[in-house]
Amino acid sequence: MFEGVPLNWFLITATLMFFIGIYGFLVRKNLITMLMSLELILNSVNINFVAFNKLLYPQHLEGMFFTVFIIAVAAAEASVAIAIIINIYRRLVNIDVENMNEMKN
Amino acid sequence: MTNNQIMFFIFSAVIVIFSILTVTSRRILRAATFLLFVLVSTAGLYFMLRFNFLAAIQLTLYAGGIVVLIIFSILLTSQVGAKLELPGLSKKIYALIAAAAGAALCIWTILQYNFPRTSIESGRTSIDDIGKALTSTGKYGYALPFEVISILLLAAMIGSIVIAKKRKD
Repeated sequence: MFEGVPLNWFLITATLMFFIGIYGFLVRKNLITMLMSLELILNSVNINFVAFNKLLYPQHLEGMFFTVFIIAVAAAEASVAIAIIINIYRRLVNIDVENMNEMKN
Repeated sequence: MTNNQIMFFIFSAVIVIFSILTVTSRRILRAATFLLFVLVSTAGLYFMLRFNFLAAIQLTLYAGGIVVLIIFSILLTSQVGAKLELPGLSKKIYALIAAAAGAALCIWTILQYNFPRTSIESGRTSIDDIGKALTSTGKYGYALPFEVISILLLAAMIGSIVIAKKRKD
């Protein structure tokens, strides 16, 4: 397909990356490692967008622009999440998800 | 086995192996470094698909920006060299079952569907086209999402400064 590489291979790679990210998100307790799993998930979606753009509309750039905007949203999300994590660390001195219910009131 | 296929296998093997290491490593700084390898080889996949501009964005913004941000926050919030505690066995098994079932379902669906195997040979997308599309308002123009995303980035920047600022009390 893309000079000899079928589309399926890209999709399978992205699927494996996505579900490894899901596994990490479920297993990890530290907030920053959960954020890293989230980055893995977003990144695997980007691979899918780009591969389908090349398959369906190689003369247009729709998937590419969607990926650019996803990267920008991921950057915004990471910066806000890290600000919140640092604020939590100041109050509770550790950043495990078990302690997050202390933010309720 | 063409050269492209060999390159693809190298990139995807790096992606899968280092993704697994990212979510299982017990040292958090090493996990961030493995995430960097995953993002760089994703940029390699974009180069294979001839999206050169996108690969450059991936390298500078993701691998250069977000990973550095994560590493800074790790240095601010945890002791270097400290090991993360292991998750419980039952939690691990349930998460593994969920992830493996989802992955099996998706891969089975992908393999069932016959994607067209026609060869699409297109030239690389030029920076000229990207710039014109990003600033035009007509069909295939992305001026409005571009403005919206810049307002989002400004709001996120102000919000994170306000949240992380030291309070007086």
